[in-house]
Amino acid sequence: MGSFIANTDEQQQEMLSAAGYDSYDDLFAHIPEAVRLGRDLSIRRGLSEMEVIREMENLAEKNTVFKHIFRGAGSYDHFIPSIVKEVVAKEEFVTAYTPYQAEVSQGNLQTIFEYQTLMCELTGMDVSNASVYDGATAAAESVFMCRDRKRKSVVISGTVAPAVIDVIRTYCSGRETEITVVPAKDGLTDKEAVSAVLDSGTACLIVQQPNFFGNIEDADELCEAAHAAGAKFVMSVDPIAMAVLKTPGECGADIAVGEGQALGMPMGFGGPYLGFMTAAQKMMRQLPGRIVGQTEDSEGNVCYVLTLQAREQHIRREKASSNICSNEALCALTATVYLSALGPDGLKQAAGLSADKAHYLQQELAKAGFAPAYPQAEFFKEFVTECPVPADRLMAELEKHSILGGLPLADGKILWCATEKNTKEDIDELVRLAKEVIC
Amino acid sequence: MKTIFESSVKGRKLTLLPESDVPAADLKAAKRETPLGLPEVSENDISRHFSEMAKATHGVNDGFYPLGSCTMKYNPKVNDEAASLPGFTNIHPLQPDHTVQGCIGLMKEAEATLCEITGMDRMTFQPAAGAHGEFTGLLLIKAYHRSRHDLQRNKIIVPDSAHGTNPASAVMAGYEVINIPSQEDGCVDLEALRNVVGDDTAGLMLTNPNTVGLFDKNILEITEIVHKAGGLCYYDGANLNAVIGIVRPGDMGFDCMHINLHKTFSTPHGGGGPGAGPVGCKAFLADFLPGMLPEGDDELKLVKPEKSIGMMKAFNGNFLILVRAYAYLIMLGREGIPEIAKNAVLNANYLRVMLAGKYVMPYKETCMHEFVMSLEHEKASMDVTAMDVAKALLDYGIHPPTMYFPLIVHEALMVEPTETESKETLDSLINAFTEIYDKALEDPEYIKSAPHKTIIERPDEVSAARHPKLRYIPEDK
Ligand SMILES: Cc1ncc(COP(=O)(O)O)c(C=O)c1O
Repeated sequence: MGSFIANTDEQQQEMLSAAGYDSYDDLFAHIPEAVRLGRDLSIRRGLSEMEVIREMENLAEKNTVFKHIFRGAGSYDHFIPSIVKEVVAKEEFVTAYTPYQAEVSQGNLQTIFEYQTLMCELTGMDVSNASVYDGATAAAESVFMCRDRKRKSVVISGTVAPAVIDVIRTYCSGRETEITVVPAKDGLTDKEAVSAVLDSGTACLIVQQPNFFGNIEDADELCEAAHAAGAKFVMSVDPIAMAVLKTPGECGADIAVGEGQALGMPMGFGGPYLGFMTAAQKMMRQLPGRIVGQTEDSEGNVCYVLTLQAREQHIRREKASSNICSNEALCALTATVYLSALGPDGLKQAAGLSADKAHYLQQELAKAGFAPAYPQAEFFKEFVTECPVPADRLMAELEKHSILGGLPLADGKILWCATEKNTKEDIDELVRLAKEVIC
Repeated sequence: MKTIFESSVKGRKLTLLPESDVPAADLKAAKRETPLGLPEVSENDISRHFSEMAKATHGVNDGFYPLGSCTMKYNPKVNDEAASLPGFTNIHPLQPDHTVQGCIGLMKEAEATLCEITGMDRMTFQPAAGAHGEFTGLLLIKAYHRSRHDLQRNKIIVPDSAHGTNPASAVMAGYEVINIPSQEDGCVDLEALRNVVGDDTAGLMLTNPNTVGLFDKNILEITEIVHKAGGLCYYDGANLNAVIGIVRPGDMGFDCMHINLHKTFSTPHGGGGPGAGPVGCKAFLADFLPGMLPEGDDELKLVKPEKSIGMMKAFNGNFLILVRAYAYLIMLGREGIPEIAKNAVLNANYLRVMLAGKYVMPYKETCMHEFVMSLEHEKASMDVTAMDVAKALLDYGIHPPTMYFPLIVHEALMVEPTETESKETLDSLINAFTEIYDKALEDPEYIKSAPHKTIIERPDEVSAARHPKLRYIPEDK
């Protein structure tokens, strides 16, 4: 059996006696018989570390690690620099908790402050929190930031990722919140239909940029429409695309949210990921979660603390802006190191390469008989094609060559993705195989 | 310490990505015009900067971290190694089921093991933390009442000793919170509970042992009172470390609960997360669970429960955290798991008894995995507060206990040693507490101005909140 208990049997006896107990039975004597388990747990016997790692390796080997990934839809196979993995494995960062004691947490606090700065820079917004659970919960929390007594309904573009819409629905299901999802039109937000449903009861309009289909929305116009109705404008963005596309700040958004996984986190079968949230200054006090601020100590040294805590559950309890307590701090650190490593040129390069590869893939697939589904829309690193054969057949063939193809959608189309990691050679191979399948 | 932005030198960079091997895409969409203000640094700069940051961060690896309610136990390294296997890290969450049999198999085994430990029947791994689990559990309770057309149940009962996330979660789930006062011993006041339950009761949220570290002996009566009124009982699993392998929430009458994998199951706290907050429930609630559950025997599948409340998070939860917890579970196994609770409770009682000579323990009885001290007496007699004593501990290289929680104890310090600390470490805390007490008698100003050995003195939190500076702004702006 494995154990991480330090005290020997003798020490345990000594401590029991010192505390006034003769045995463990005595120590637990106050627990009513009626609720005690009174038997061994019916689980396996414990193992040594060597056996544990062997068993974990066996489990991991039952999964297929694809060499080439052309699937995104909210989780992306971007390159992770070595320095990122090294830094975020430092034991101090890994094993500390929320920096309640500022005097011994300046490192953790300062990196969160740097994270907040980076997210503001990326999105063009004024303030950032220290993270929430993922991009979908960030979008859901943004609804609660916008809701008030008069404005309770939410309008979501049908081009927002279905998983994000699902999470918003679940989050809102407890409280009276009317949700209108406006169906997409040709792979883009249907502006007329959106304008028609925005009214004096709308708390916010939520749009994704680039949208679920990879297409680039006309965010300016949608922002204007939301504001014209007195509603807030929330943009859910791909952080890598922010290196090249007009930012939420430049579009006039009130809140920017998104999934930060692409910033140095592995796909990891879905998590842990990073939900980021930034906002315009006027919405600072509605932000959920931890926020770090700069201040001075009693000697006048610059230092950092958790701040604006009057929003939070441990102070405000049922009046808090959110229930969030533990967040995704180590993922926020990951993003901080990733963005520092890439720098402005590197991030533009990652964005540019992803777009280049995706466009090449789209053109080659089109030539091979996979017509673009939304030829009139402009896209970034993801796009949708028709599929002349059942998608499963294509996927099965690609899988034989260790290629994870695009995501088959309900309507028979396929959502493809490319990043800087996909080479021309891999793309050509994929297209060759795809062509064979439809011949 | 300089920020990473202040180390930036125009033109400095890493060489991470190759040149393009395909034609350049020509995007016509509206472009970013604001310069991208990321730092321009070398890899060496990054390595040094974050090493400096790490050195200015106290982790469990640096020393004792008896932060009550947080279970800061040792984080085994084998967990991290397992979670960094490419067969887990390089898996896309939307891969077809037949290519992720290892992941689903791990979920299935972890579910079975954790259900046996908690006395629950099914479990979802979607929630990312304890609070997220609470919100999920309350939505399950809501879905249950709705399914029975029992629609007037709009109140959740929460004791005043509860963690702040409990009432906050209840509000997010659309409930009105009914706070009930605790008895003097911190346990649930049965009379007060009987007085508030009724046909508007949706449920009760409770942790046992409670937040003062005492096991509430009336637990079966408590859950029965709520059940008789037609409500359900939610167990806040933050304190599971105290009873694991000895008492199961399912046997105490709870219908659903969360587990904090980052507390009881040794996954690291990450400086504030990511954790994971799986939610378990009894069979009658299982159809409402969110996300996808593992099903099948040979050919495993992820299946959405029939009346699922929906998705609490995109994809499958904080899976790599679950991998860590699973490694821990199989390592400890049947014999190792109950040892956690035994040693956690022993360590807490040892500290409690040894410290009771100098400090006031508001609760004299045997505690579970943690206990609460009250510095009310010190505050009155020497003007030394719980905060002052906590800050003085920093000079000993010890992370202070949780301060000012629970709210029902004045000048509270909540101490949770965990089972992985040795007697020597516990003795060092006893020694530190004793010296601080004696010093406070002799020179209270020294303690009131502590810490003296940390890289900063006490920060000015008031001006931080009054004039928020939440991001770095270059001096020339
Ligand atoms: C008693 C109790 N309940 C709930 C929580 C919330 O857990 P989490 O931080 O994982 O959301 C905590 C966290 O410290 C806690 O101590």
